[in-house]
Amino acid sequence: MIYLDNAATTLKKPESVIEAVTDAMRTMGNSSRGTHEVSLSTSRTIFDTRVKLAEFFGADDPENVIFTCNSTEALNIAIRGTVNDGDHVITSVLEHNSVLRPLYLLERERKVSLSFLSSDEKGDIDPEEIRKLIRPETKAIVVTHASNLTGNMTDIRRITEIAHEYGLLTIVDASQTAGSKKIDIKDMGIDILCFTGHKAMMGPQGTGGLVIGEGIDIRPFKVGGTGVKSYLTTQPEEYPARLEAGTMNGHGIAGLNAAVDFINSVGLDEIDSKEQGLMKRFHDGVKDITGIKIYGDFDAPRTAIVCLNIGDCDSGQVSDVLAVDYGIATRPGAHCAPLMHKALGTVSQGAVRVSFSYFNTFDEVDQAVKAVKEIAEELKI
Amino acid sequence: MIKERSLKKIITFHTTTDAIGFERYCMENGIPGRLIPVPGEISAGCGMCWMVPLEKAEAADRLAEEGIMKTEGSFILTM
Repeated sequence: MIYLDNAATTLKKPESVIEAVTDAMRTMGNSSRGTHEVSLSTSRTIFDTRVKLAEFFGADDPENVIFTCNSTEALNIAIRGTVNDGDHVITSVLEHNSVLRPLYLLERERKVSLSFLSSDEKGDIDPEEIRKLIRPETKAIVVTHASNLTGNMTDIRRITEIAHEYGLLTIVDASQTAGSKKIDIKDMGIDILCFTGHKAMMGPQGTGGLVIGEGIDIRPFKVGGTGVKSYLTTQPEEYPARLEAGTMNGHGIAGLNAAVDFINSVGLDEIDSKEQGLMKRFHDGVKDITGIKIYGDFDAPRTAIVCLNIGDCDSGQVSDVLAVDYGIATRPGAHCAPLMHKALGTVSQGAVRVSFSYFNTFDEVDQAVKAVKEIAEELKI
Repeated sequence: MIKERSLKKIITFHTTTDAIGFERYCMENGIPGRLIPVPGEISAGCGMCWMVPLEKAEAADRLAEEGIMKTEGSFILTM
């Protein structure tokens, strides 16, 4: 199979990640639950991973790295833990349902009101539009670092600069960029970063987290056992225990630890450069095929995604032919990004998303280009 | 086997992260001691604490007293 659905999850993981997980499954106990060597070594691994991720994302204190099972959980914690009754939140039409649904739920549950930054025909938002949407009760801006549909990146620095002029909290969904783009929360003005471990980070599914800036207060989302302060009837106040309850995914975190090491050993610039090279080769190969429509802004910073349609053909049908006849995995349909599809006019057709990872090859790209050409010819577009 | 009791310095922590961070610093810098379950006589945030024989406790004490590492409290117990 040629796997080009890396925006959903990376299929090929570094061997060191797989070994770290299997080794952990043979040796790990439960962190924070004792001082015998098995529990302590687990606690050490988890601590080490916090330290590495703090450095990776530019946080000063590893205690401000909170582990979750994915970005969705991280975003739920961030949004539900900071937005209050009657608040107004600014978000965008680029967002994934992991941002939209928590916000819609707050609309219903807590009389929160929402405004959406609009996109142009290329799928870009304008940070200056934030100023037009500000109200006295505006509390936060929740925005993606890059669209999971088009790959377009947002200008996070400009967004957070403007947001902080108005005293807004900035929450950033880095699901599509963590692991392939440099992120420094202090440098980029990010108050709460939400990331996942299983996409460009190349770690296991079931990992992810928040990286919280100094002085940011988030109410607990789930409460339960923490291994500390057992006689307290409330969740401990201190991070990370405040936002972590129950047994940690130690095995997964061990894998994430190895994934950070792998990325650091190769270098983020090298990884980004290779992914961009693969994406550009594919884009150049398909953009002039008759009947192909490509979505997104290829003149601005982006992730390694090419989103396209062939004529009026249903995206699901195209993706199915690619999978069955050519052995190429892509993702069709709505991509959990309903507002982006509405903005692009692709609600009924959907779109075929082709997404690359560091481990894809130019040969795979060339085969994918050939496949798209043949499908377009067959459809006589 | 329960060993002969002697005076120990006990350093407690608010969180597991603080405890493991303290251990890492000590291991990297050759500071004696180890993590043990918090003795019943002491109440602490985190369930593990740093224990070191009192006569070897100077270096660990300094970490706590000078705020080099985050700690909660400091005790002397016979254990």
